[in-house]
Amino acid sequence: MAQGQAALLLLADGRLPAGGYAHSGGLEPTVQAGRVSDAAGLERFLVGRAETTGFVAAAFAAAACERVARDDTAALSALESELDARTPSPELRSVSRILGRQLLRVMSTIHPHPHFARLGTVPHQPVVMGVAAAALGLGPRDAALAILHESVAGPAAAAAKLMRIDPFDVHAALARATERLDRLADAAANHADALASELPSRGAPLSDIAAEHHRSWNVRLFAS
Amino acid sequence: MYASLPRDHSSHKHSSHEHSPREHVLRDQGARRPGAMSSRAVLTTEADARARSRVGVLRSQGALVLRPAHPKESEPLTHRRREVARVMLAAGAAGPLGGDDYALDVHVGAGSTLVLTEASAMLVLPGPCGGRSHMRINVRVGEGATLVWLPEPIIAACGCDHEHDVRVCLERGARLVMREETLFGRHREPPGDFRTTLRVTHDDAPLYHQQLCVGPQADGWRGAAVVGENGAVGSIIAVDPAWESGTPATSTFHSSAILAPLPGPGMVVSAVAPDSLQLRRRLSAGLDTLGAPWAPRDAPLPESEGHRDEVVSQTEHTGAG
Repeated sequence: MAQGQAALLLLADGRLPAGGYAHSGGLEPTVQAGRVSDAAGLERFLVGRAETTGFVAAAFAAAACERVARDDTAALSALESELDARTPSPELRSVSRILGRQLLRVMSTIHPHPHFARLGTVPHQPVVMGVAAAALGLGPRDAALAILHESVAGPAAAAAKLMRIDPFDVHAALARATERLDRLADAAANHADALASELPSRGAPLSDIAAEHHRSWNVRLFAS
Repeated sequence: MYASLPRDHSSHKHSSHEHSPREHVLRDQGARRPGAMSSRAVLTTEADARARSRVGVLRSQGALVLRPAHPKESEPLTHRRREVARVMLAAGAAGPLGGDDYALDVHVGAGSTLVLTEASAMLVLPGPCGGRSHMRINVRVGEGATLVWLPEPIIAACGCDHEHDVRVCLERGARLVMREETLFGRHREPPGDFRTTLRVTHDDAPLYHQQLCVGPQADGWRGAAVVGENGAVGSIIAVDPAWESGTPATSTFHSSAILAPLPGPGMVVSAVAPDSLQLRRRLSAGLDTLGAPWAPRDAPLPESEGHRDEVVSQTEHTGAG
C-alpha cells in the first residue's frame, strides 16, 4: 500500500497544470440557479457528485489502468464510447475530453511512457487518468481514488469563489467525504476487469441540465 | 399498478383467493417467496407485404397484460397513422411488489412500426415479506423498424425495493422515440429504494446508458448534482437514422430541462420537475422543439398554465461529443 503513494499525490494534486482549476464541476450554474446556497447544500452536492458521475469516472479510470497494464490497447476505445453513452450532456462530453487532452499533455511531458501513445488526441479524462496511473506504476484503485478526489476537490475549491462560505466548512465536508471516497474507490476497482458495457452508469440529471445552461452563458467565472 | 385486481394479501379481505391471477402464477411456477409473482410477457410485430404492421406474438402472463389498442394520446412519428400496430400494457395485478419478478420481451420486426402504451402508472410497492422486486424489459427494434414507446410514470412508493432494467437494441436504420418518467414516492412520502437503468444501443454501438438510484440506500441523490428537491425525473430518447449525418442543435428550452444530442444519431430530452404533470409538460415541450414529425400535430401548447416565464428560448449549435 505504501508503494507509489508519492506518485498518487502527484497525480491527484490540484496544482498539477492539467487545467482542472478552470472548472467548477457544475457548481457555478448550480449556485446561480439557487440550487446550492449554503454549506449543507454544498455537502449534498459533493456527495451526490461523488456517488454518481465521480463513481462512474472512477470505474472507467480503474478499467483503463487495468487494460493498459495488460496491454489491451484495443479495449481503450470501447471505454471511450461507453463513457460517451454515460454522459448525456454534449457539454460534459466535451469538457471531459478537453481535460483529458490537457492531462495527457502534462503527463506525457513530465513522465514520458509508451502507454501514452495508445491514446487518441482527445481522450476522456478518466481514461487518461487510468493510463497515467499505470505509467506511474500505480494500480486501478489509485486511478479511481485520484479521479474521485478531483471530482469533489474541484467544486470544493470553486465554492469559495462562487458563494459566501467559510473555507473551513468546505474542508470539513471534504474531511467527512474521505471514507466515502475510499469506499467508492474500492467499489470502482472491483469493476476494473468488467466488460466495458457492464461498467457503472449512475447518472446525475441536474448536472447535465446545469452544464448545458452554463454553456449558453456569455459571461462565466469557470469553464464548466 | 393503479386500478388493478386486488391481491391476496391486500387489505381487500373480501376478494376471492381461489381465482386470482397471482395464485395461478404461483401454482404454475412454484415461486419461492409466498405471494411473490413471476410474469413473463412477449410482444412481436411484423410488416406484411403491403407495409402494414401487425402483431405477431401477443403473450400476456400474470401482472403483464398486453392487448391491442387504439391511439391513446397524440403520438410522435405515427400520429393518426392507421397502418401501424398499437398495443397497450395493462396491469393484471397490483405491483410489482417486493419479491415479484416481471419480464417483458419486445421485438419490433424489420420494417414494422409498433406504438406501445400503458393503461396506467406503475406503482412499485414493498412486498408482504420484504424482498426485492425486478422488472426487466428487453426490446429489439429491427432494421428499418420504428418503435414509439410511451409508458406511464413509475411511482417508487415508500418502502419499495425495486430494480428496473431496460435494454433497447436498435438495428441499423431503426427509429425510436421512448419516454421514461419516475416519481419519487406518492403524494408527500419519501421513495423506497429504487434503481432504474436504461441502455440504448444503435447498430451495436452504445448510445445512452444511465442508471438512477434513489431511496434510503442511495446517498447524495437529493443533492443538487443529481435531482435536488424535485419530485420527478424523466427523459425522452429519440433516434433517427437521418441524424447519422448530424443531429439537431442543443436547446435549453426550460430552466430544469434540456434537449441535447447523444453520441450517435439520437437526441435526449432530460428534465426534472416538482410533480408528474410538470414533468410531462417539460418532456413534451422538449419533443416539440424537434418539430415535425416528432411533435404531435394537434398537441396542446406546452407549459400553457403560466409557466412560460421559466422558459428560456436560447438555442445553439453544438459540435461536441
